[in-house]
Amino acid sequence: MLPQWFNDWNRNNPTNVFGPGIIVGAVGGAIIVAVMLVAYGQPFATQSMQTGPRGTGMSVPEFTKQVTKPDPTIEDYYTEEPYVPEGGEPLAKDIYQNVQVLGDLTEDNFNRLMTAMTLWVAGDEGCAYCHGDVDVEEYGEDTLYTKVVSRRMIQMTQNINEGWGDHVNANAEVGVTCYTCHRGEHVPSDIWFKIAPVNQSMAGWSANQNRATSISQSTSLPSDALETYLLEYGTIAVHDLESRVEGSPAGGELPSIQDTERTFSFMNYFDNSLGVNCVFCHNSRAFYDGSQVTAQWGTASLGIAMVQEMNSDYLVPLADVYPEERLGPIHQDAPKAACKTCHKGYQRPMQGLNVIADWPELATTEAPVYE
Amino acid sequence: MMVEYQNIFTQVQVQGPPETGMDDSGEMTRERIFKPRFSTLAGWVGNAQLGPIYLGWTGIVSLFTGCLWLNIIGLNMLAQVGWSIPEFLRQLFWLALEPPSPEYGLTMPPLNDGGWYIIASFFLLVSVCTWWLRTYLLAQEHKMGKHTAWAFAAAIWLFLVLGLFRPILMGSWSEAVPYGIFPHLDWTTAFSIRYGNLYYNPFHCLSIVFLYGSVLLFAMHGATILAVTRFGGDRELEQIVDRGTASERAALFWRWTMGFNATMEGIHRWAWWFAVLTPITGGIGILLTGTVVDNWFIWAQEHNFAPVYDGSYGYEAYGTYNDFIGKGE
Repeated sequence: MLPQWFNDWNRNNPTNVFGPGIIVGAVGGAIIVAVMLVAYGQPFATQSMQTGPRGTGMSVPEFTKQVTKPDPTIEDYYTEEPYVPEGGEPLAKDIYQNVQVLGDLTEDNFNRLMTAMTLWVAGDEGCAYCHGDVDVEEYGEDTLYTKVVSRRMIQMTQNINEGWGDHVNANAEVGVTCYTCHRGEHVPSDIWFKIAPVNQSMAGWSANQNRATSISQSTSLPSDALETYLLEYGTIAVHDLESRVEGSPAGGELPSIQDTERTFSFMNYFDNSLGVNCVFCHNSRAFYDGSQVTAQWGTASLGIAMVQEMNSDYLVPLADVYPEERLGPIHQDAPKAACKTCHKGYQRPMQGLNVIADWPELATTEAPVYE
Repeated sequence: MMVEYQNIFTQVQVQGPPETGMDDSGEMTRERIFKPRFSTLAGWVGNAQLGPIYLGWTGIVSLFTGCLWLNIIGLNMLAQVGWSIPEFLRQLFWLALEPPSPEYGLTMPPLNDGGWYIIASFFLLVSVCTWWLRTYLLAQEHKMGKHTAWAFAAAIWLFLVLGLFRPILMGSWSEAVPYGIFPHLDWTTAFSIRYGNLYYNPFHCLSIVFLYGSVLLFAMHGATILAVTRFGGDRELEQIVDRGTASERAALFWRWTMGFNATMEGIHRWAWWFAVLTPITGGIGILLTGTVVDNWFIWAQEHNFAPVYDGSYGYEAYGTYNDFIGKGE
């Protein structure tokens, strides 16, 4: 194909073209990369949040691009300022039938909250999602499970805002509303069900771990961490507080390696739920040491107690109310909440948006106080 | 010029009639199996000749019990995923044969809660010990020193501490290490966390020193020999007894570089001891954990070598959340 003289010349003049080719390519490539870096900057820029003294390595590193991106669900949050009552308005309990929880609201505020709840939880179905496809006169009926569940969820929201302010308002007034968990969906994302045992044909510790599951966060750590700590009030701490302690894990006197793996599994869930790492709360050189934890450790501990109460007092008792398709796939248990149900991967849900300011009705189990 | 020989791996391959070694007694091939053959691929990284293998009774016992151990694990994993091969492959790195639950102590647990683990571990013990005996007997047969066997014994010491000695001292088989890819790493992390941070265990420190030291020595020695290969330095045994220019240059290089040099013979003792001390010190550290010391960080504080850091805990002392997420005022 090529002319004869070309092939002859090549044969007679053997030249190493690969050596110079590789050098030119490598140098040229390096120059292009260097120019791009100077022109466009570091494509994977990071920033860190220091959480402890220098020298301990306590910091939460994140990609700048990722951490500065606003939570997309904030944009869809619907809120409306309350109508401050002037006194003498009729209350919801006087106007409507069967108003068990929000009876002390004026009609305007009652309807304002009903509208918001619809948008927060069932934007497509509207009122009918809870009240059914019936006339407004029949809205008082408790025929649908969704309405019964909603009532209990309003009570839970009020309880969280009223009783757990040290967690939900730890840094600033933030509070929670239905939207904190629901984000526009009927069933909040990141709820959980019991799934252990996860291994067939096995018993004991051989049965509850070593599978990539949602609860083990795709690790091989135990998959029963959430139920053990958030439902059964299991002890999370595994450390001995003296350099030598008598006892054996055999008798159950001392926590075992297996207990430690379950705690690790739970802590891993915590990290992924909040988008943080171990040293957001702990000094990892001594996880147990109360004198080397951050203020966030205290907030998180309150969060654990809060979720325990939410599950045992509000969510688990609803098991009989739900239809079958809302129950867990393995144990037919009620859907339950944990850190990620609200936080969705952020240190503060909706990056610290104050959701409670406009909703004094959800801030207290008593009659709302408007200002 | 020996330019062809200056390569990362062997470029010159020797392939000819299989080399069988000296056979003074006429019996040395008696227990060897497999017809020797040559592999160009193997020749690139080592000797092109593969086999024969001396099996012997120790080899038979070791391979048989080792296969049993591996198959017990595999079948247990298969049972855990309902005998589904695709699921077995998908979850392979997650699956494990776990030791018994803690409540069984040192008794024999049910098969599905660690019983199979005990049985498999017994076979592994037999397999490893007969393989050790094999290294010893083969060295004896070759009238060699037993250095390999004793080095292997150092590794077996750590293995026995993890799976036998420490669980017995702790009074529970549940303390042993699970057989699984990720699960044994979970165990390692949990072990350190449970006992208050293993990095404060001085024997763990020593083990790390010897481990990294082994790596360093291996790199230094390998580099030195390759560097003086052009002077015959790769013929190390000759150089030990009859020091030539290769040894002289290598020694001068290190002495001028850092004021001290090992000898052509002594460097191998350095390497052997560093390697052997890695599992020996590590094993001591593991054995003391949970039996003598339950919280290494507190132990370190009691012995005044855990430093105290001045400064605040919590990010509020260093910045705000809003700054962090780019919403700073």
